[in-house]
Amino acid sequence: MTVGNTTTQRSADATATGAAVDIDEVAVRFRTKKKDVTALRDVSVRIEPGEFVAIVGASGCGKSTLLKLVSGLLRPSSGQVRLHGEDVRGPRRDIGYVFQRAALLEWRTARRNILLQAEMRGMPKAQARQRADELIAMTGLTGFEDAYPNELSGGMQQRVALCRALLHRPPVLLMDEPFGALDALTREQMNVELRRIWRETGTTVLLVTHSIAEAVYLANRVIVMTPRPGTVAEVIDVDLPVERDYGQTMSAPEFARATGRIRDLLGATTTAE
Amino acid sequence: MAAQSTIEQPERTTAPAGATASATRRPGGAGTGLLRFARNTWRPAAVLVAILLVWWVVTAAELVKPYLVPSPGTTLDVVLAQPGYFTHHTWITTYETVLGFAIAILVGVLSAVVMVYSPTVEKSLYPLLLFAQVIPKIAIAPLFIVWLGFGLSPKVVVAVLMAFFPIVISTVTGLKSIDPEMLQLSATMGAGPAQTFRKIRFPAALPHLFAGLKVAATMAVTGAVVGEFVGANEGLGYVILQANGNLDTPTLFAGLIIMSLLGVILFVVVELLEYLVMPWHASRRTDAATTTM
Ligand SMILES: Nc1ncnc2c1ncn2[C@@H]1O[C@H](COP(=O)(O)OP(=O)(O)OP(=O)(O)O)[C@@H](O)[C@H]1O
Ligand SMILES: [Mg+2]
Repeated sequence: MTVGNTTTQRSADATATGAAVDIDEVAVRFRTKKKDVTALRDVSVRIEPGEFVAIVGASGCGKSTLLKLVSGLLRPSSGQVRLHGEDVRGPRRDIGYVFQRAALLEWRTARRNILLQAEMRGMPKAQARQRADELIAMTGLTGFEDAYPNELSGGMQQRVALCRALLHRPPVLLMDEPFGALDALTREQMNVELRRIWRETGTTVLLVTHSIAEAVYLANRVIVMTPRPGTVAEVIDVDLPVERDYGQTMSAPEFARATGRIRDLLGATTTAE
Repeated sequence: MAAQSTIEQPERTTAPAGATASATRRPGGAGTGLLRFARNTWRPAAVLVAILLVWWVVTAAELVKPYLVPSPGTTLDVVLAQPGYFTHHTWITTYETVLGFAIAILVGVLSAVVMVYSPTVEKSLYPLLLFAQVIPKIAIAPLFIVWLGFGLSPKVVVAVLMAFFPIVISTVTGLKSIDPEMLQLSATMGAGPAQTFRKIRFPAALPHLFAGLKVAATMAVTGAVVGEFVGANEGLGYVILQANGNLDTPTLFAGLIIMSLLGVILFVVVELLEYLVMPWHASRRTDAATTTM
Protein backbone atom coordinates (compact mmCIF):
# COMPACT_ATOMS: atom_id res chain seq x y z
CA MET A 1 0.00 0.00 0.00
CA THR A 2 1.37 3.35 -1.01
CA VAL A 3 -0.71 5.57 1.21
CA GLY A 4 0.70 7.37 4.22
CA ASN A 5 -0.52 7.39 7.80
CA THR A 6 -1.18 11.06 8.12
CA THR A 7 -3.76 10.57 10.82
CA THR A 8 -1.98 8.13 13.06
CA GLN A 9 0.28 10.84 14.46
CA ARG A 10 -2.79 12.90 15.22
CA SER A 11 -4.45 10.11 17.14
CA ALA A 12 -1.32 9.08 18.98
CA ASP A 13 -2.00 11.68 21.65
CA ALA A 14 -5.77 11.40 21.35
CA THR A 15 -6.51 10.25 24.84
CA ALA A 16 -9.68 11.17 26.67
CA THR A 17 -9.24 14.88 26.03
CA GLY A 18 -11.61 17.17 24.19
CA ALA A 19 -12.25 15.10 21.06
CA ALA A 20 -15.89 14.67 20.06
CA VAL A 21 -15.16 11.42 18.28
CA ASP A 22 -12.00 9.45 18.77
CA ILE A 23 -11.48 6.30 16.73
CA ASP A 24 -8.31 4.56 17.81
CA GLU A 25 -6.61 1.76 15.83
CA VAL A 26 -9.93 0.20 14.98
CA ALA A 27 -10.45 -2.96 12.93
CA VAL A 28 -13.74 -4.62 12.02
CA ARG A 29 -14.05 -8.15 10.70
CA PHE A 30 -17.33 -9.71 9.67
CA ARG A 31 -17.57 -13.47 9.94
CA THR A 32 -20.17 -15.04 7.73
CA LYS A 33 -20.67 -18.69 6.83
CA LYS A 34 -18.93 -18.34 3.50
CA LYS A 35 -16.00 -16.10 4.31
CA ASP A 36 -14.44 -13.59 6.63
CA VAL A 37 -14.51 -9.99 5.50
CA THR A 38 -12.19 -7.38 6.93
CA ALA A 39 -14.23 -4.23 6.52
CA LEU A 40 -11.93 -1.84 8.37
CA ARG A 41 -8.29 -2.11 9.32
CA ASP A 42 -6.04 0.17 11.29
CA VAL A 43 -8.37 3.17 11.25
CA SER A 44 -7.62 6.09 13.52
CA VAL A 45 -9.56 9.34 13.31
CA ARG A 46 -9.96 12.17 15.75
CA ILE A 47 -12.73 14.70 15.33
CA GLU A 48 -12.93 17.90 17.35
CA PRO A 49 -16.26 19.26 18.66
CA GLY A 50 -18.04 21.36 16.06
CA GLU A 51 -16.09 19.96 13.12
CA PHE A 52 -17.74 18.95 9.87
CA VAL A 53 -15.97 15.88 8.54
CA ALA A 54 -16.85 14.09 5.30
CA ILE A 55 -15.90 10.52 4.49
CA VAL A 56 -15.44 9.41 0.88
CA GLY A 57 -14.29 6.11 -0.57
CA ALA A 58 -15.19 3.33 -2.96
CA SER A 59 -18.35 1.35 -2.40
CA GLY A 60 -17.86 -1.35 0.20
CA CYS A 61 -14.80 0.23 1.81
CA GLY A 62 -16.47 0.41 5.20
CA LYS A 63 -17.90 3.93 5.44
CA SER A 64 -21.24 2.81 6.84
CA THR A 65 -19.40 0.46 9.15
CA LEU A 66 -17.41 3.40 10.48
CA LEU A 67 -20.59 5.38 11.31
CA LYS A 68 -22.12 2.33 12.98
CA LEU A 69 -19.01 2.06 15.15
CA VAL A 70 -19.34 5.65 16.28
CA SER A 71 -23.05 5.22 17.05
CA GLY A 72 -22.40 2.01 18.96
CA LEU A 73 -24.63 -0.07 16.68
CA LEU A 74 -21.54 -2.15 15.96
CA ARG A 75 -18.60 -3.13 18.16
CA PRO A 76 -15.07 -3.07 16.73
CA SER A 77 -13.17 -6.35 16.50
CA SER A 78 -10.20 -4.52 17.92
CA GLY A 79 -9.35 -0.97 18.86
CA GLN A 80 -11.42 1.63 20.63
CA VAL A 81 -14.08 4.17 19.82
CA ARG A 82 -14.70 7.08 22.17
CA LEU A 83 -17.44 9.66 22.09
CA HIS A 84 -16.64 12.75 24.19
CA GLY A 85 -13.99 10.72 25.96
CA GLU A 86 -16.39 7.91 26.85
CA ASP A 87 -15.92 4.39 25.54
CA VAL A 88 -18.68 3.41 23.14
CA ARG A 89 -20.07 0.12 24.42
CA GLY A 90 -23.63 -0.07 23.11
CA PRO A 91 -26.02 2.06 21.03
CA ARG A 92 -25.48 5.70 21.96
CA ARG A 93 -28.37 8.02 22.63
CA ASP A 94 -26.34 11.23 22.35
CA ILE A 95 -26.13 11.10 18.57
CA GLY A 96 -28.42 11.81 15.65
CA TYR A 97 -28.42 9.35 12.76
CA VAL A 98 -29.61 10.02 9.23
CA PHE A 99 -29.77 7.01 6.93
CA GLN A 100 -29.50 6.91 3.15
CA ARG A 101 -33.18 6.17 2.87
CA ALA A 102 -35.25 8.55 4.95
CA ALA A 103 -36.55 5.61 7.02
CA LEU A 104 -39.80 7.36 7.93
CA LEU A 105 -42.83 5.66 9.45
CA GLU A 106 -45.47 5.80 6.72
CA TRP A 107 -48.34 5.95 9.21
CA ARG A 108 -47.06 9.10 10.84
CA THR A 109 -47.24 12.63 9.54
CA ALA A 110 -44.05 14.61 9.07
CA ARG A 111 -44.34 16.23 12.48
CA ARG A 112 -45.15 12.99 14.27
CA ASN A 113 -42.22 11.32 12.52
CA ILE A 114 -39.97 14.03 13.91
CA LEU A 115 -41.54 13.68 17.34
CA LEU A 116 -40.87 9.94 17.39
CA GLN A 117 -37.42 10.88 18.65
CA ALA A 118 -38.97 12.72 21.61
CA GLU A 119 -41.41 9.90 22.40
CA MET A 120 -38.69 7.28 22.46
CA ARG A 121 -36.55 9.46 24.73
CA GLY A 122 -39.38 10.54 26.95
CA MET A 123 -38.72 14.23 26.34
CA PRO A 124 -41.22 16.71 27.78
CA LYS A 125 -44.05 17.07 25.24
CA ALA A 126 -44.33 20.84 25.07
CA GLN A 127 -40.60 21.34 24.75
CA ALA A 128 -40.35 18.69 22.02
CA ARG A 129 -43.20 20.24 20.04
CA GLN A 130 -41.59 23.65 20.20
CA ARG A 131 -38.26 22.25 19.09
CA ALA A 132 -39.94 20.35 16.25
CA ASP A 133 -41.63 23.55 15.06
CA GLU A 134 -38.27 25.34 15.13
CA LEU A 135 -36.67 22.61 13.02
CA ILE A 136 -39.62 22.48 10.62
CA ALA A 137 -39.22 26.20 10.03
CA MET A 138 -35.45 25.92 9.75
CA THR A 139 -35.61 23.17 7.10
CA GLY A 140 -38.42 24.81 5.16
CA LEU A 141 -41.03 22.15 5.85
CA THR A 142 -43.61 24.67 7.01
CA GLY A 143 -47.00 23.76 5.58
CA PHE A 144 -46.15 20.08 5.31
CA GLU A 145 -46.21 19.20 8.99
CA ASP A 146 -49.36 17.14 8.61
CA ALA A 147 -48.45 15.42 5.34
CA TYR A 148 -47.72 11.72 5.30
CA PRO A 149 -44.37 10.51 3.90
CA ASN A 150 -45.97 9.25 0.68
CA GLU A 151 -47.23 12.79 0.11
CA LEU A 152 -43.72 14.28 0.39
CA SER A 153 -41.00 14.55 -2.22
CA GLY A 154 -37.72 12.70 -1.69
CA GLY A 155 -35.99 15.91 -0.61
CA MET A 156 -38.73 16.71 1.89
CA GLN A 157 -38.56 13.20 3.31
CA GLN A 158 -34.83 13.63 3.90
CA ARG A 159 -35.51 16.97 5.59
CA VAL A 160 -37.95 15.23 7.92
CA ALA A 161 -35.31 12.61 8.68
CA LEU A 162 -32.82 15.40 9.36
CA CYS A 163 -35.24 17.18 11.71
CA ARG A 164 -35.83 13.91 13.55
CA ALA A 165 -32.08 13.43 13.95
CA LEU A 166 -31.64 16.98 15.29
CA LEU A 167 -34.65 17.09 17.62
CA HIS A 168 -32.78 16.20 20.80
CA ARG A 169 -29.89 18.56 19.96
CA PRO A 170 -27.34 15.76 19.57
CA PRO A 171 -23.74 16.89 19.99
CA VAL A 172 -22.79 14.52 17.14
CA LEU A 173 -24.72 14.05 13.90
CA LEU A 174 -23.97 11.00 11.75
CA MET A 175 -25.17 11.03 8.15
CA ASP A 176 -24.87 8.05 5.82
CA GLU A 177 -25.26 9.23 2.22
CA PRO A 178 -28.30 11.27 3.18
CA PHE A 179 -28.71 12.84 -0.25
CA GLY A 180 -27.75 9.85 -2.39
CA ALA A 181 -31.28 9.35 -3.69
CA LEU A 182 -31.89 12.98 -4.63
CA ASP A 183 -31.58 14.71 -7.99
CA ALA A 184 -28.60 17.01 -8.54
CA LEU A 185 -30.50 20.27 -8.06
CA THR A 186 -32.30 19.21 -4.87
CA ARG A 187 -29.02 17.86 -3.62
CA GLU A 188 -27.31 21.24 -4.07
CA GLN A 189 -30.12 22.96 -2.17
CA MET A 190 -29.87 20.40 0.61
CA ASN A 191 -26.09 20.94 0.75
CA VAL A 192 -26.54 24.66 1.22
CA GLU A 193 -29.20 24.05 3.87
CA LEU A 194 -27.13 21.48 5.71
CA ARG A 195 -24.15 23.82 5.79
CA ARG A 196 -26.37 26.55 7.23
CA ILE A 197 -27.93 24.19 9.79
CA TRP A 198 -24.50 23.00 10.85
CA ARG A 199 -23.41 26.58 11.40
CA GLU A 200 -26.56 27.40 13.35
CA THR A 201 -26.46 24.34 15.58
CA GLY A 202 -22.72 23.91 16.05
CA THR A 203 -23.16 20.15 15.94
CA THR A 204 -20.23 17.90 15.10
CA VAL A 205 -21.08 16.25 11.78
CA LEU A 206 -19.78 13.07 10.21
CA LEU A 207 -21.05 12.76 6.66
CA VAL A 208 -20.57 9.79 4.36
CA THR A 209 -20.96 10.71 0.70
CA HIS A 210 -20.12 9.53 -2.79
CA SER A 211 -20.00 13.05 -4.12
CA ILE A 212 -16.56 14.65 -3.98
CA ALA A 213 -18.05 18.11 -4.57
CA GLU A 214 -20.51 17.62 -1.72
CA ALA A 215 -17.71 16.52 0.59
CA VAL A 216 -15.50 19.51 -0.17
CA TYR A 217 -18.28 22.10 -0.15
CA LEU A 218 -19.59 20.95 3.22
CA ALA A 219 -16.63 19.74 5.22
CA ASN A 220 -13.63 21.20 7.00
CA ARG A 221 -11.85 17.92 6.55
CA VAL A 222 -12.39 15.06 4.14
CA ILE A 223 -11.34 11.55 5.06
CA VAL A 224 -10.46 9.58 1.94
CA MET A 225 -10.58 5.83 2.41
CA THR A 226 -8.94 3.00 0.49
CA PRO A 227 -10.95 0.10 -0.93
CA ARG A 228 -11.52 -2.98 1.19
CA PRO A 229 -10.09 -3.52 3.70
CA GLY A 230 -10.86 0.11 4.44
CA THR A 231 -8.08 2.25 5.84
CA VAL A 232 -7.61 6.00 5.88
CA ALA A 233 -5.73 6.95 2.71
CA GLU A 234 -5.43 10.63 3.53
CA VAL A 235 -7.20 13.38 5.39
CA ILE A 236 -7.66 16.50 3.27
CA ASP A 237 -7.97 19.84 5.03
CA VAL A 238 -10.36 22.04 3.11
CA ASP A 239 -9.08 25.58 3.28
CA LEU A 240 -12.25 27.37 2.26
CA PRO A 241 -13.87 30.27 4.13
CA VAL A 242 -16.52 29.52 6.72
CA GLU A 243 -19.06 31.51 4.69
CA ARG A 244 -19.46 29.39 1.56
CA ASP A 245 -21.57 30.66 -1.29
CA TYR A 246 -22.34 27.62 -3.44
CA GLY A 247 -21.47 29.11 -6.83
CA GLN A 248 -18.35 30.95 -5.63
CA THR A 249 -17.09 27.89 -3.78
CA MET A 250 -17.44 25.73 -6.89
CA SER A 251 -15.14 28.07 -8.82
CA ALA A 252 -12.66 28.68 -6.01
CA PRO A 253 -9.07 27.49 -6.68
CA GLU A 254 -8.98 25.76 -3.28
CA PHE A 255 -12.12 23.82 -4.22
CA ALA A 256 -10.46 22.64 -7.44
CA ARG A 257 -7.31 21.67 -5.53
CA ALA A 258 -9.16 19.67 -2.88
CA THR A 259 -11.51 17.87 -5.27
CA GLY A 260 -8.59 17.14 -7.61
CA ARG A 261 -6.57 15.66 -4.80
CA ILE A 262 -9.45 13.47 -3.64
CA ARG A 263 -10.13 12.33 -7.19
CA ASP A 264 -6.46 11.40 -7.59
CA LEU A 265 -6.50 9.45 -4.36
CA LEU A 266 -9.68 7.58 -5.18
CA GLY A 267 -8.47 6.87 -8.71
CA ALA A 268 -5.06 5.76 -7.50
CA THR A 269 -6.45 3.50 -4.84
CA THR A 270 -9.00 1.86 -7.10
CA THR A 271 -6.47 1.09 -9.83
CA ALA A 272 -4.01 -0.18 -7.24
CA GLU A 273 -6.41 -2.98 -6.32
CA MET B 1 -31.02 12.11 29.73
CA ALA B 2 -27.69 11.76 28.02
CA ALA B 3 -25.28 14.54 27.11
CA GLN B 4 -26.96 17.65 25.78
CA SER B 5 -25.54 20.06 23.30
CA THR B 6 -24.64 23.32 24.93
CA ILE B 7 -25.15 25.32 21.76
CA GLU B 8 -28.49 27.03 21.70
CA GLN B 9 -30.64 27.02 18.64
CA PRO B 10 -31.12 30.51 17.21
CA GLU B 11 -34.68 31.35 16.31
CA ARG B 12 -35.45 31.36 12.61
CA THR B 13 -38.67 32.91 11.57
CA THR B 14 -38.35 32.94 7.81
CA ALA B 15 -38.63 29.70 5.90
CA PRO B 16 -36.88 29.41 2.53
CA ALA B 17 -38.99 30.53 -0.40
CA GLY B 18 -41.30 28.00 -1.99
CA ALA B 19 -41.79 25.98 1.14
CA THR B 20 -45.13 27.44 2.06
CA ALA B 21 -46.46 27.74 -1.47
CA SER B 22 -48.45 24.52 -1.79
CA ALA B 23 -49.55 23.69 1.70
CA THR B 24 -53.13 22.82 0.85
CA ARG B 25 -52.89 19.04 0.66
CA ARG B 26 -54.33 17.38 3.70
CA PRO B 27 -53.95 13.69 4.43
CA GLY B 28 -57.07 11.53 4.57
CA GLY B 29 -58.35 10.94 8.09
CA ALA B 30 -60.90 8.39 9.26
CA GLY B 31 -63.80 10.26 7.61
CA THR B 32 -62.36 10.19 4.10
CA GLY B 33 -61.32 6.58 4.74
CA LEU B 34 -65.00 5.68 5.20
CA LEU B 35 -65.92 7.60 2.10
CA ARG B 36 -63.36 5.71 0.07
CA PHE B 37 -64.64 2.49 1.57
CA ALA B 38 -68.17 3.28 0.39
CA ARG B 39 -66.87 4.19 -3.05
CA ASN B 40 -65.12 0.85 -3.29
CA THR B 41 -68.08 -1.28 -2.19
CA TRP B 42 -70.71 -0.33 -4.76
CA ARG B 43 -69.14 -2.46 -7.49
CA PRO B 44 -69.31 -5.80 -5.65
CA ALA B 45 -72.82 -4.85 -4.52
CA ALA B 46 -73.82 -4.37 -8.16
CA VAL B 47 -72.44 -7.79 -9.05
CA LEU B 48 -74.51 -9.34 -6.24
CA VAL B 49 -77.65 -7.71 -7.55
CA ALA B 50 -76.87 -9.04 -11.02
CA ILE B 51 -76.49 -12.59 -9.68
CA LEU B 52 -79.82 -12.28 -7.87
CA LEU B 53 -81.40 -11.13 -11.11
CA VAL B 54 -80.03 -14.11 -13.06
CA TRP B 55 -81.26 -16.45 -10.34
CA TRP B 56 -84.69 -14.89 -10.52
CA VAL B 57 -84.85 -15.09 -14.33
CA VAL B 58 -83.74 -18.74 -14.36
CA THR B 59 -86.40 -19.82 -11.88
CA ALA B 60 -89.17 -17.57 -13.22
CA ALA B 61 -88.67 -19.00 -16.72
CA GLU B 62 -88.67 -22.50 -15.14
CA LEU B 63 -85.36 -23.40 -16.79
CA VAL B 64 -84.73 -25.79 -13.86
CA LYS B 65 -87.18 -27.77 -11.73
CA PRO B 66 -88.37 -25.74 -8.71
CA TYR B 67 -87.56 -28.55 -6.27
CA LEU B 68 -83.93 -28.46 -7.45
CA VAL B 69 -83.51 -24.67 -7.46
CA PRO B 70 -86.17 -22.69 -5.61
CA SER B 71 -86.92 -19.15 -6.74
CA PRO B 72 -85.61 -16.16 -4.75
CA GLY B 73 -89.23 -15.49 -3.76
CA THR B 74 -89.78 -18.97 -2.31
CA THR B 75 -86.49 -18.83 -0.46
CA LEU B 76 -87.37 -15.48 1.05
CA ASP B 77 -90.84 -16.75 1.97
CA VAL B 78 -89.31 -19.66 3.89
CA VAL B 79 -87.26 -17.24 5.96
CA LEU B 80 -90.16 -14.85 6.55
CA ALA B 81 -92.46 -17.71 7.49
CA GLN B 82 -90.30 -18.64 10.50
CA PRO B 83 -88.10 -15.65 11.34
CA GLY B 84 -87.49 -16.85 14.91
CA TYR B 85 -86.10 -20.14 13.68
CA PHE B 86 -83.59 -18.53 11.32
CA THR B 87 -82.63 -15.77 13.73
CA HIS B 88 -81.87 -18.28 16.44
CA HIS B 89 -79.69 -20.55 14.29
CA THR B 90 -77.94 -17.62 12.62
CA TRP B 91 -77.17 -16.17 16.03
CA ILE B 92 -75.69 -19.49 17.18
CA THR B 93 -73.37 -19.76 14.18
CA THR B 94 -72.45 -16.07 14.41
CA TYR B 95 -71.58 -16.51 18.07
CA GLU B 96 -69.36 -19.53 17.38
CA THR B 97 -67.69 -17.82 14.44
CA VAL B 98 -66.98 -14.49 16.12
CA LEU B 99 -65.79 -16.09 19.35
CA GLY B 100 -63.57 -18.49 17.41
CA PHE B 101 -62.21 -15.65 15.29
CA ALA B 102 -61.49 -13.49 18.34
CA ILE B 103 -59.67 -16.32 20.14
CA ALA B 104 -57.72 -17.09 16.95
CA ILE B 105 -56.62 -13.44 16.71
CA LEU B 106 -55.51 -13.34 20.31
CA VAL B 107 -53.67 -16.67 20.29
CA GLY B 108 -52.39 -16.19 16.73
CA VAL B 109 -50.89 -12.74 17.22
CA LEU B 110 -49.40 -13.67 20.59
CA SER B 111 -47.74 -16.82 19.28
CA ALA B 112 -46.46 -14.92 16.24
CA VAL B 113 -44.84 -12.31 18.50
CA VAL B 114 -43.23 -14.98 20.67
CA MET B 115 -42.02 -16.82 17.58
CA VAL B 116 -40.46 -13.72 16.07
CA TYR B 117 -38.60 -12.84 19.25
CA SER B 118 -37.49 -16.38 20.09
CA PRO B 119 -36.00 -18.51 17.30
CA THR B 120 -36.05 -21.53 19.63
CA VAL B 121 -39.79 -21.26 20.14
CA GLU B 122 -40.25 -20.70 16.43
CA LYS B 123 -38.32 -23.81 15.48
CA SER B 124 -40.20 -25.99 17.93
CA LEU B 125 -43.63 -24.50 17.27
CA TYR B 126 -43.61 -24.39 13.48
CA PRO B 127 -43.93 -28.16 12.86
CA LEU B 128 -46.76 -28.32 15.36
CA LEU B 129 -48.52 -25.43 13.67
CA LEU B 130 -48.15 -26.97 10.28
CA PHE B 131 -49.47 -30.27 11.56
CA ALA B 132 -52.50 -28.57 13.08
CA GLN B 133 -53.09 -26.85 9.77
CA VAL B 134 -52.79 -29.80 7.40
CA ILE B 135 -54.92 -32.19 9.44
CA PRO B 136 -58.45 -32.12 7.92
CA LYS B 137 -60.71 -30.34 10.39
CA ILE B 138 -63.71 -32.40 9.40
CA ALA B 139 -61.77 -35.49 10.49
CA ILE B 140 -60.88 -34.24 13.95
CA ALA B 141 -64.12 -32.42 14.65
CA PRO B 142 -65.82 -35.59 15.98
CA LEU B 143 -62.97 -35.93 18.45
CA PHE B 144 -63.75 -32.48 19.86
CA ILE B 145 -67.39 -33.49 20.26
CA VAL B 146 -66.25 -36.50 22.26
CA TRP B 147 -63.98 -34.36 24.35
CA LEU B 148 -66.04 -31.21 24.80
CA GLY B 149 -69.59 -32.45 24.47
CA PHE B 150 -72.47 -31.43 22.28
CA GLY B 151 -72.46 -27.72 23.13
CA LEU B 152 -70.93 -24.73 21.37
CA SER B 153 -67.33 -25.19 22.50
CA PRO B 154 -66.27 -27.88 19.98
CA LYS B 155 -67.55 -25.65 17.16
CA VAL B 156 -65.61 -22.70 18.53
CA VAL B 157 -62.50 -24.85 18.73
CA VAL B 158 -62.80 -25.90 15.09
CA ALA B 159 -63.33 -22.25 14.10
CA VAL B 160 -60.18 -21.28 16.05
CA LEU B 161 -58.20 -24.05 14.40
CA MET B 162 -59.28 -22.92 10.95
CA ALA B 163 -58.63 -19.22 11.51
CA PHE B 164 -55.45 -19.51 13.55
CA PHE B 165 -52.96 -20.47 10.84
CA PRO B 166 -53.36 -17.54 8.39
CA ILE B 167 -53.15 -15.12 11.31
CA VAL B 168 -49.90 -16.58 12.66
CA ILE B 169 -48.26 -16.79 9.25
CA SER B 170 -49.21 -13.27 8.23
CA THR B 171 -48.18 -11.75 11.57
CA VAL B 172 -44.82 -13.52 11.56
CA THR B 173 -44.21 -12.38 7.99
CA GLY B 174 -45.23 -8.82 8.86
CA LEU B 175 -43.05 -8.60 11.96
CA LYS B 176 -40.08 -10.09 10.13
CA SER B 177 -40.31 -7.85 7.10
CA ILE B 178 -39.32 -4.79 9.13
CA ASP B 179 -36.50 -2.77 7.59
CA PRO B 180 -33.40 -3.49 9.74
CA GLU B 181 -32.51 0.20 9.41
CA MET B 182 -35.72 1.02 11.29
CA LEU B 183 -34.58 -1.13 14.19
CA GLN B 184 -31.16 0.54 14.17
CA LEU B 185 -32.83 3.92 14.11
CA SER B 186 -34.86 2.89 17.11
CA ALA B 187 -31.68 1.85 18.91
CA THR B 188 -30.07 5.26 18.28
CA MET B 189 -33.14 6.81 19.88
CA GLY B 190 -32.50 4.80 23.00
CA ALA B 191 -35.73 2.85 22.64
CA GLY B 192 -36.16 -0.46 24.43
CA PRO B 193 -37.61 -3.60 22.80
CA ALA B 194 -41.13 -2.89 24.08
CA GLN B 195 -41.13 0.67 22.73
CA THR B 196 -39.68 -0.45 19.40
CA PHE B 197 -42.38 -3.09 19.13
CA ARG B 198 -45.23 -0.78 20.01
CA LYS B 199 -44.22 2.25 17.95
CA ILE B 200 -42.43 0.72 14.99
CA ARG B 201 -42.54 -3.02 14.55
CA PHE B 202 -46.18 -3.80 15.24
CA PRO B 203 -47.70 -0.92 13.22
CA ALA B 204 -45.37 -1.83 10.35
CA ALA B 205 -46.72 -5.40 10.43
CA LEU B 206 -50.38 -4.31 10.31
CA PRO B 207 -50.85 -4.53 6.51
CA HIS B 208 -49.68 -8.15 6.59
CA LEU B 209 -51.74 -8.88 9.68
CA PHE B 210 -54.92 -7.57 8.08
CA ALA B 211 -54.35 -9.66 4.96
CA GLY B 212 -54.24 -12.70 7.23
CA LEU B 213 -57.29 -11.56 9.19
CA LYS B 214 -59.38 -11.35 6.03
CA VAL B 215 -58.56 -14.92 5.10
CA ALA B 216 -59.08 -16.03 8.69
CA ALA B 217 -62.51 -14.37 8.93
CA THR B 218 -63.91 -16.53 6.14
CA MET B 219 -62.17 -19.62 7.56
CA ALA B 220 -63.80 -19.05 10.95
CA VAL B 221 -67.29 -19.33 9.40
CA THR B 222 -66.31 -22.54 7.65
CA GLY B 223 -64.89 -23.88 10.90
CA ALA B 224 -68.06 -23.20 12.87
CA VAL B 225 -70.27 -24.82 10.24
CA VAL B 226 -67.97 -27.85 9.95
CA GLY B 227 -68.25 -28.24 13.71
CA GLU B 228 -72.05 -28.11 13.44
CA PHE B 229 -72.10 -30.68 10.64
CA VAL B 230 -70.40 -33.22 12.82
CA GLY B 231 -72.85 -33.00 15.66
CA ALA B 232 -75.22 -30.22 16.66
CA ASN B 233 -78.85 -29.48 17.34
CA GLU B 234 -78.64 -25.82 16.49
CA GLY B 235 -76.80 -23.46 14.14
CA LEU B 236 -76.86 -22.96 10.37
CA GLY B 237 -74.92 -26.19 9.75
CA TYR B 238 -77.67 -28.05 11.57
CA VAL B 239 -80.36 -26.20 9.55
CA ILE B 240 -78.69 -27.21 6.29
CA LEU B 241 -78.27 -30.84 7.31
CA GLN B 242 -81.93 -31.04 8.38
CA ALA B 243 -83.16 -29.40 5.17
CA ASN B 244 -81.00 -31.72 3.13
CA GLY B 245 -82.49 -34.76 4.84
CA ASN B 246 -86.02 -33.49 4.12
CA LEU B 247 -85.22 -32.50 0.52
CA ASP B 248 -86.32 -29.00 1.57
CA THR B 249 -84.34 -26.99 -0.98
CA PRO B 250 -85.83 -23.58 -0.10
CA THR B 251 -84.62 -23.89 3.52
CA LEU B 252 -81.31 -25.31 2.29
CA PHE B 253 -80.85 -22.31 0.00
CA ALA B 254 -81.85 -19.90 2.74
CA GLY B 255 -79.31 -21.46 5.11
CA LEU B 256 -76.56 -21.36 2.50
CA ILE B 257 -77.23 -17.72 1.65
CA ILE B 258 -77.32 -16.61 5.28
CA MET B 259 -74.09 -18.51 5.91
CA SER B 260 -72.34 -16.85 2.97
CA LEU B 261 -73.66 -13.47 4.06
CA LEU B 262 -72.20 -14.11 7.50
CA GLY B 263 -68.78 -14.73 5.96
CA VAL B 264 -69.04 -11.69 3.73
CA ILE B 265 -70.16 -9.43 6.57
CA LEU B 266 -67.29 -10.57 8.78
CA PHE B 267 -64.86 -10.00 5.93
CA VAL B 268 -66.27 -6.52 5.30
CA VAL B 269 -66.07 -5.69 9.02
CA VAL B 270 -62.37 -6.63 8.98
CA GLU B 271 -61.84 -4.55 5.86
CA LEU B 272 -63.67 -1.62 7.45
CA LEU B 273 -61.44 -1.94 10.48
CA GLU B 274 -58.43 -1.94 8.20
CA TYR B 275 -59.53 1.35 6.66
CA LEU B 276 -60.08 2.85 10.09
CA VAL B 277 -56.85 1.58 11.65
CA MET B 278 -54.61 2.28 8.67
CA PRO B 279 -55.97 5.25 6.75
CA TRP B 280 -52.45 5.83 5.38
CA HIS B 281 -52.40 2.38 3.80
CA ALA B 282 -55.89 2.60 2.37
CA SER B 283 -55.20 5.99 0.85
CA ARG B 284 -52.13 4.76 -0.96
CA ARG B 285 -54.09 1.85 -2.35
CA THR B 286 -56.83 4.05 -3.80
CA ASP B 287 -54.24 6.45 -5.20
CA ALA B 288 -52.86 3.54 -7.18
CA ALA B 289 -56.37 2.59 -8.24
CA THR B 290 -57.18 6.04 -9.62
CA THR B 291 -54.15 6.01 -11.90
CA THR B 292 -55.30 2.79 -13.53
CA MET B 293 -58.89 3.91 -14.11
N1 LIG C 1 -23.38 -7.34 8.69
C1 LIG C 1 -22.41 -7.64 7.82
N2 LIG C 1 -22.02 -8.92 7.65
C2 LIG C 1 -21.04 -9.23 6.80
N3 LIG C 1 -20.37 -8.35 6.06
C3 LIG C 1 -20.70 -7.06 6.17
C4 LIG C 1 -21.74 -6.63 7.05
N4 LIG C 1 -21.85 -5.29 6.97
C5 LIG C 1 -20.95 -4.90 6.07
N5 LIG C 1 -20.24 -5.95 5.60
C6 LIG C 1 -19.13 -5.89 4.64
O1 LIG C 1 -18.24 -4.91 5.06
C7 LIG C 1 -17.77 -4.14 3.97
C8 LIG C 1 -18.02 -2.67 4.25
O2 LIG C 1 -19.41 -2.42 4.27
P1 LIG C 1 -20.01 -0.96 4.40
O3 LIG C 1 -21.48 -1.10 4.37
O4 LIG C 1 -19.43 -0.30 5.57
O5 LIG C 1 -19.49 -0.29 3.06
P2 LIG C 1 -19.72 1.20 2.54
O6 LIG C 1 -18.41 1.86 2.41
O7 LIG C 1 -20.74 1.88 3.36
O8 LIG C 1 -20.28 0.91 1.09
P3 LIG C 1 -21.35 1.78 0.27
O9 LIG C 1 -20.66 2.99 -0.20
O10 LIG C 1 -21.71 0.87 -0.87
O11 LIG C 1 -22.50 2.05 1.19
C9 LIG C 1 -18.50 -4.65 2.75
O12 LIG C 1 -17.61 -5.45 2.03
C10 LIG C 1 -19.61 -5.49 3.26
O13 LIG C 1 -19.79 -6.60 2.46
MG1 LIG D 1 -22.76 2.45 3.06
